[in-house]
Amino acid sequence: MLEPLEGSQAIAHAVALARPGVVAAYPITPQTHIVEHIAKLVADNRLRCEYVSVESEFSAATVALGAAAAGCRAYTATASQGLLLMAEVLFNIAGLRIPLVMTCANRAVSAPINIWNDHQDAMALRDAGWIQLYCASNQEAIDTTIQAFLLAERLELPVMVCVDGYILTHTLEGVSLPTQEEVDHFLPPYTFAHTLDSRQPLTLGTMVAPDHFTEIRYAHDQAMYQALAAIEEVDAAYAGITGRASGGVLEVDGPDDARIGVLCLGAVHGTLWEGREQARNLPPAKLIKLRALRPFPEAALRQALAGLSDVVVLERAFSPGAGGIVAAEVCRALYGTSTTPRIHSAVMGLGGRDIPLEAWQQVLALAQGPSRGATVILDLIPDHLEDGIA
Amino acid sequence: MNNTAALRDMSSIRQQQSRFEGLTPGHRACQGCGQALAARLVLESSGPDVVVANATGCLEVFTTAWPQSAWTIPWMHSVFSNTAALAAGMEAAFKARDISTKVLAFAGDGGTFDIGFQALSGMIERGHNVLFVCYDNEAYMNTGVQRSSSTPVAAATTTSPAGIARTGKRHLKKDIVAIIAAHCMPYAATASVAYPNDLKDKVRRGIQTPGPAFLMIHSPCPLGWMHDSAKGIEVARLGVETGLVPLIEMEYGQQTSAMPLRRVRPVVDYLKPQGRFRHLFADDPMARQELAHLQALADHNIAHYGLQESQPESGDSHAAASVRRGTVAVVPPGAV
Ligand SMILES: Cc1ncc(C[n+]2csc(CCOP(=O)(O)OP(=O)(O)O)c2C)c(N)n1
Ligand code: SF4
Repeated sequence: MLEPLEGSQAIAHAVALARPGVVAAYPITPQTHIVEHIAKLVADNRLRCEYVSVESEFSAATVALGAAAAGCRAYTATASQGLLLMAEVLFNIAGLRIPLVMTCANRAVSAPINIWNDHQDAMALRDAGWIQLYCASNQEAIDTTIQAFLLAERLELPVMVCVDGYILTHTLEGVSLPTQEEVDHFLPPYTFAHTLDSRQPLTLGTMVAPDHFTEIRYAHDQAMYQALAAIEEVDAAYAGITGRASGGVLEVDGPDDARIGVLCLGAVHGTLWEGREQARNLPPAKLIKLRALRPFPEAALRQALAGLSDVVVLERAFSPGAGGIVAAEVCRALYGTSTTPRIHSAVMGLGGRDIPLEAWQQVLALAQGPSRGATVILDLIPDHLEDGIA
Repeated sequence: MNNTAALRDMSSIRQQQSRFEGLTPGHRACQGCGQALAARLVLESSGPDVVVANATGCLEVFTTAWPQSAWTIPWMHSVFSNTAALAAGMEAAFKARDISTKVLAFAGDGGTFDIGFQALSGMIERGHNVLFVCYDNEAYMNTGVQRSSSTPVAAATTTSPAGIARTGKRHLKKDIVAIIAAHCMPYAATASVAYPNDLKDKVRRGIQTPGPAFLMIHSPCPLGWMHDSAKGIEVARLGVETGLVPLIEMEYGQQTSAMPLRRVRPVVDYLKPQGRFRHLFADDPMARQELAHLQALADHNIAHYGLQESQPESGDSHAAASVRRGTVAVVPPGAV
């Protein structure tokens, strides 16, 4: 049954269905509605957990870390400045192999200060050692949040569920929440092999010298690669219970004879889909929804892009001085394959600039045009350059 | 029984007493490290039903060279500045799971006064049932003796060196206990490794406090303070006896005890054995001024905390030993 829920409210319900023992929260737009809804669920006794309102995101991440190590399923959420403030702890959580779930309500990073959506925040934490899953709809946000707990606990890896700020978090949409029985069936009670227990003392977070450091990093890397299969399995298992999958590591849609592909992350997938529906006179093209940025699904990507002549990678972030971040990773995945398509790196929708349905035409024009070499910002307004630096 | 036999008897009684060893020997602290001794005493007093969140710093580094560990209690280190929040998370989980294990947080003065202060303030404000122990060696020792906001005025460190234009650190030691106590703190106390019984007693009181508690332990660092590593206890005791290191307890913002000084020593007795104050004994007006400044700070402490005992007890071997409690009746705010 579909019920109309704001994205944040839907995520809050999904978190509650996972029965966390500890939720740590510090507010930042556009994540606020998520932690507010959870607080209300706790106040109404619909969720029994320790709700810890901390004094910073640094402590939010840390409280969740301490709680997970002390035997509780733990959750937090943030965005943008908050995510960057957490950065040191996020690397630490991953290196300690702590199973945690966090929502990142993706938002631009200051300066210039801007509260609207893009993906710069999560991209900056790409190398922190967390699994990063991007959601294309509120339904996916619900389903991915619940799946994330199972993944984290099975793999002993933290999972960041990325949802576009405002576009998903603040949009009311008809969604289906699984029942508590379904979630309980899917997600067993929390266990963590290294739980702190005074009857079985463990030392966690020790100093590691050069003689062991590389091997511990290697094991982390291996666990991330193993996560690729686990993401598919968990998505399939969830579909077995609820009837809904979220696209595994990536999802491809479009006619078999298409020679053009468009790869994107997050909610812009819906816009591009709709744009393609409305522009039927344009050449056929496949849409590739990249759900897992970390681990990066190289093999699945090579398969998804096989037979294409041109692929546009459309991103809501870039690395100043280097261009598209995901585009570079796609190039790396394809390098050396026999029929490598041309990769066109495109950026749009920074700092919340709306991506309209017409973006589809621009993207296809880019795919059909000459190679541009560098990353192209498709929605740059040259007139605005004259207003100077904010 | 003659005296020697009595002593032998005492020491065998002591050895027979089971003492919980939470921090075992074989770790890599410098010889005479006050912090290593203090941590051992804290756990001896707490017993095994604890979990420790430990900040980055000497204590973390010298006890946990992977794959070895000197700890026999569950122990976790995350990063430098988040220790109080780590402890808070553990405590929240234990609360959710209905587990009574006490959570302890360990940090150096850097991890308490400076970079860890925000998380500490937040943990206290939220009322987590955590005993936070600060091992105060008055500088960032792990990174090579840089000044912290706990470093005493005029002490030389590698970032507050003495020279012709400077007499060491130019700023006062932060009064962290007053700041902590101002959080309407159920229990905040100071202790010194020179007074182990008092220290252990304060650990017990901190553990019995059903909310946040804070204990700061003055812990000599022979490397950073530049004193003979066999003289740590002596140096620590002089700190107390001069009034520079007041041993007090605060409950809900009010002072409820002080260790009285039966014989007050001049601050130079404390400063002289320590290389970090060597420059203060040069024939230099700036140095003389700083010495007078330090003496004035000690005099202020003695008056402010009521440290001086009017009637020195006869036959005392030490100038300070037992604590007077119960001089102030404390009613927690809100209690009627
Ligand atoms: C964010 C961060 N900044 C700096 C450091 C480097 N660092 C490690 S330990 C330390 C000093 C620790 O001093 P303190 O807390 O007083 O403990 P001590 O080593 O003196 O016992 C510093 C500066 C760090 N690990 N993390
Ligand atoms: S430097 Fe000081 S605090 Fe650190 S281990 Fe050595 S004596 Fe102890």
